[in-house]
Amino acid sequence: MTVTEAPQGTHRLTTSKAMVEAIDQEMAGDPSVFYLGEDVGQYGGIFSSTTGLLDKYGPERIIDTPISETAFIGLGIGAAVEGMRPIVELMFCDFMGVCLDQIYNHMAKIHFESGGNVTVPMVLTMAAGGGYSDAAQHSQCLWGTFAHLPGMKVVVPSSPADAKGLMTSAIRDDNPVVYIFHKGVMGLPWMAKNPRTLDEVPEGEHLVPLGKARIARPGSDVTVVTLSLSVHHALDVADKLAGEGVDVEVVDLRSLVPLDRETVLESVAKTGRLVVVDEDYLSYGVSGEIVASVAEVDPGMLRVPARRVAVPDVPIPYAHDLEYAVLPRQDRIEKTIRAAL
Amino acid sequence: MTTQASPSTTSPTVPAQAGAARPTLDPQIRLDLYRTMVLSRTYEEAILREYHADKGPGFDIGKGLVPGEMHLSAGQEPVAAGICAHLTTDDAVTATHRPHHLAIAHGVDLRAMTAEIFGREGGLGHGRGGHMHLFDPRTHFSCSGIIAEGYPPALGQAFAFRRRGTDQIAVAVTGEGAANQGAFHESLNLAARWTLPVVFVVEDNDWGISVPRQASTAVSSNAARAAAYGIPGERVEDNDVEAVYDVARRMVARARAGEGPSLLEVHTLRMWGHFEGDAQGYRPELAEVSERDPIPRYERQLREAGLLDDATVAQIKEEASARVGDAIGYAKASATPDPSTATDYVFD
Repeated sequence: MTVTEAPQGTHRLTTSKAMVEAIDQEMAGDPSVFYLGEDVGQYGGIFSSTTGLLDKYGPERIIDTPISETAFIGLGIGAAVEGMRPIVELMFCDFMGVCLDQIYNHMAKIHFESGGNVTVPMVLTMAAGGGYSDAAQHSQCLWGTFAHLPGMKVVVPSSPADAKGLMTSAIRDDNPVVYIFHKGVMGLPWMAKNPRTLDEVPEGEHLVPLGKARIARPGSDVTVVTLSLSVHHALDVADKLAGEGVDVEVVDLRSLVPLDRETVLESVAKTGRLVVVDEDYLSYGVSGEIVASVAEVDPGMLRVPARRVAVPDVPIPYAHDLEYAVLPRQDRIEKTIRAAL
Repeated sequence: MTTQASPSTTSPTVPAQAGAARPTLDPQIRLDLYRTMVLSRTYEEAILREYHADKGPGFDIGKGLVPGEMHLSAGQEPVAAGICAHLTTDDAVTATHRPHHLAIAHGVDLRAMTAEIFGREGGLGHGRGGHMHLFDPRTHFSCSGIIAEGYPPALGQAFAFRRRGTDQIAVAVTGEGAANQGAFHESLNLAARWTLPVVFVVEDNDWGISVPRQASTAVSSNAARAAAYGIPGERVEDNDVEAVYDVARRMVARARAGEGPSLLEVHTLRMWGHFEGDAQGYRPELAEVSERDPIPRYERQLREAGLLDDATVAQIKEEASARVGDAIGYAKASATPDPSTATDYVFD
């Protein structure tokens, strides 16, 4: 376990409130931190990423922008280059298409192109994921795309405590960090939610290192490597299968860049069975990368072929039953784990 | 000579009406403008020689001491000289894929810049960036190979300057083709709404690679687009360095005073190809280019004003050649990066 112990004790928070608590604490301690994005002020973020912060810090530091993602993400980059620590919100990760150049050609490359002479200490937050019929342009995960493009760290919290700890670390990191929160982990009152979206969170300063996976549930029979909302689904299935005497280990990646391959390898070495669950598209993505990480080191540690549960290569459908047919939810995860045993 | 950007009488203008008679500039300023332009041209001529020296047989773009795409700025010196004369190295400049004249006028170290263009360890980016990706934190200079995308980071630099309460400003430069990009319009709107200390500059060299401006752009002056955002916009015709200097002086002062952004378009001249190796078969006015060269023209003006003669011109050119020669010598002597370090600098 890498979560730092908090001497101040814990309190119960939703994931969104834990994320806000981290931003609040960092803003209180560092005047160079500010939050920029669409509807982050009075509204508090469409997915409650900034609730209450405007009242505390005012419009000089919690800043509503025009609907101009290229301009305001670029503004974050320029401010970061000059030593500020902006947190910039892209409302949905699906909107990367209108501003990707600033993200992957500028934010992610300036440090490299400058030979390390210029740093870009910014956090780019964005909502991801489906499950509520928001259809093909507002339901994608796309974290594999960001992770594929070099120069940005990518974190994907699943739990309230990690949402806080990863946010604190992201703000303090001198590199650009893409912080992707699945709408389904936030604990929003207006969306179906897993009970794990409300949990104990350390009260004071809380850091989770970027690039360190977490064993969400130790087990000995099969390894499920997953991330974000799928961690909750995998834990639901693990609880169910435990009643049948099947001991599932659930690895929550928490961070895609850097990727903690060691924790994956240690787990697979122990169980000999690997199931990867990812709500991003199946092909050319995170799930393939995890399988390759094992195959490149020692495919012999797999007693059965590795299996993947992801979104088949199709846009996210609108109709509820169609959407739930392609999402990696409990039913598909359970079926795949059983097949791997 | 400048023209008013917008026919609208409600369009704001920067103080000292465009088109009003300008007082003659201080002789020292005029000589400095000339000197900057000569240094820049001398530099580009040297890079041109070095670039083509070893591309043969035929022309292989990936060969030689200076490989890759090369976009040289000959003819566009008045823009850089006229604007950067009002800046210090505390001000930010974001430039384009054609950045050398702006880097030189803004005071980027010539040796480190040249070593970067040669892909050497002693370069601004230790050879990782190349000529389209020059980053110099000392002078707050950067450039981008993606058109119009240098505008948004300038907003953030201006934002940080204002937040710190300094009078630093950011100058964001792009070409006329980029004025049709979303990043251009998003940036103008946001800077205007937030009163950011930015001077937006459009270098109109008539050509977006091979496409003439008239074929791509719905308005005859991009400066007119400033009216859409309620900010001053002016266009300088004739690639006139003193006219650029005059308008830039007012726009820079406006930004420094906290009054917000402005947009300056300069009708300039791309004397050479879009990139080296571009035969420019699409360009009917190619034969007239050399007579439109802004440097001999300015030199004649200064000779007529009694500020230059054969001896001073020779001296200025020799000084420029010496500095450029020193920079190229430094670059060639700098180590090539060790391939075992190819994955360095992705993260801090």
